[in-house]
Amino acid sequence: MTDATHCQAGDWVEVERVLLEPADRSTNLPPETAEKPLRMWIKGFAQAAGALGDAMTIETMTGRLVEGALSAINPGYFHTFGNPIPELAHVGVDLRARLADYHASEADAGTPAAGSAPKGGA
Amino acid sequence: MATRFDAIMARRGEIMLNALGMDYSVFEQSPIAFDYEGMMAAHGYSLDDIVAIQTRAGVGNTPLLELRNLTDVVRSMSAPGKGARIFVKDEAANMAGAFKDRRASVSIHVAKEKGYEGVIAATSGNYGAAVSSQAARYGLKCIIVQETFDSRHIGQPEIVEKSRICEAFGAEVIQLTVGPELFFHMVELLDQTGYFAASLYSSFGVSGIETLGLEIAKEMTALTGAPPTHCVITHAGGGNTTGTARGLKRAGAGDTQIISASVDLSGLHMASDNDFNRKSFTTGHTGFGVPFATWPDRADVPRNAARSLRYIDRYLTVTQGEVFYITEAMSKIEGLERGPAGNTAMTAAVSLARDLPRDNTVVVQETEYTGAGKHHWAQLNFAREMGVEVRRGDPKDNAPGKVIVIPERPEQIQAKDFDVARMRTSYVRNALKNAPDGYAPTAADIVFLAADTNSDAAAVEAIIAALKEA
Repeated sequence: MTDATHCQAGDWVEVERVLLEPADRSTNLPPETAEKPLRMWIKGFAQAAGALGDAMTIETMTGRLVEGALSAINPGYFHTFGNPIPELAHVGVDLRARLADYHASEADAGTPAAGSAPKGGA
Repeated sequence: MATRFDAIMARRGEIMLNALGMDYSVFEQSPIAFDYEGMMAAHGYSLDDIVAIQTRAGVGNTPLLELRNLTDVVRSMSAPGKGARIFVKDEAANMAGAFKDRRASVSIHVAKEKGYEGVIAATSGNYGAAVSSQAARYGLKCIIVQETFDSRHIGQPEIVEKSRICEAFGAEVIQLTVGPELFFHMVELLDQTGYFAASLYSSFGVSGIETLGLEIAKEMTALTGAPPTHCVITHAGGGNTTGTARGLKRAGAGDTQIISASVDLSGLHMASDNDFNRKSFTTGHTGFGVPFATWPDRADVPRNAARSLRYIDRYLTVTQGEVFYITEAMSKIEGLERGPAGNTAMTAAVSLARDLPRDNTVVVQETEYTGAGKHHWAQLNFAREMGVEVRRGDPKDNAPGKVIVIPERPEQIQAKDFDVARMRTSYVRNALKNAPDGYAPTAADIVFLAADTNSDAAAVEAIIAALKEA
């Protein structure tokens, strides 16, 4: 059966593999990158049942067969907007107040502001 | 023994020749010069043809909006008589959410015409979404190779979102850890699949952006009676600047000042596993902008069609905090919620418009889609998680990777001029460095270098003489 740690053939899964070991990497890298392997994750349909960490072949969306270690089953997306940013909370309030002041001063001076509403006709 | 990396890279020329659908060698003129306009015209499509391809593909004809409230904010802090009108081309209205649809549409059309079974692009940006979307429409298979994660398998929310959208359009997405070897894997995949290389930097892609300049010239003329006095362009690899400027010129708007703008990421290394998740921007930054402008031929094609120094009049940089402030402001006073990277040029435009006469017109030529992950709040929350300080203050104290300073007042938004003369010198130095040892530039090379840096022969000769002395 399919659960968080086991997949069946045909399930949508992700596999992981090392594409380049540190020794095989480009020579023009900063040390903190050069000492790590270049890793790859790719999704597709499992070709057999397996458990997380098992060697697995998948068929990708283009029909390629790719081997790797099973790293996720039915992997989802969990990125968000997150909490409001307190340091940005003032921006809208300040700018709306500034616009109101500016429009009032322009009206006093008799010069129409770019944002002022067009005057309605009769 | 040669590594797998070396073995593939040694065969790169032959693999790319098959994958690009075009032989670049016919344009080479010397170890320095090549026929740029010949290369740009070689696909045989007129601008009208490209408009037709894009109309059929559902790309372009995006709304041009006047930003009256933003203009008034600028005027509220300008000297009397100053404060240019600001407009934006809402490119987020394209099918995959960015101007990159224009770039992808021509490449994918060519791939289909030439009978390729699929396309491959190496990109962590909006271009991946654009290629995936167009490939879906044309019934082509699609592989997107992305630099997604650091070595701990943590990705910027913006890039993770781009993985999602590519997969939503049916692409196979290959997610990699940090490093320039994503191009190696792309070449390996091209060899394995025989697919078309939908390079960001081909003449197909860059020609596709020319319609953006064309639309801006036409729509501004209809709206204000003339093309814009200034066009501000978010600048990364240089294609956006190059294509838009070429389109404006082709539409007769040769007097429009071309202003490129990037987020200042100085101090961060683009291939560093430590810095990768501390950038808070995935594109539109100086980490791409400066190296690509000063040496365009570092891309995945033999000759890069994106040659921004040919067109740049000014290059402005803005800080991360300034861009996040303007992104928030755009939502709150213009009702336009868009992605932060696309607002880089908007931020520079606010600073620029302040010093220009009121009758000048400034067009910001793109927006990009926003959503979970691809949003300024998501980026700032993530920055905090990565140990970057976020605070209000003077944007002069912004330090990429360490502290993001959100301005307290719009007056504090001050774009900085990046020295274009210095970029021209770097470009000439790089051109000489990439020629064989001892090669002496000919008179024809000088003419090419002058065109490629938007300067003249005397200026190029002076740069070469100064470089020799140094």
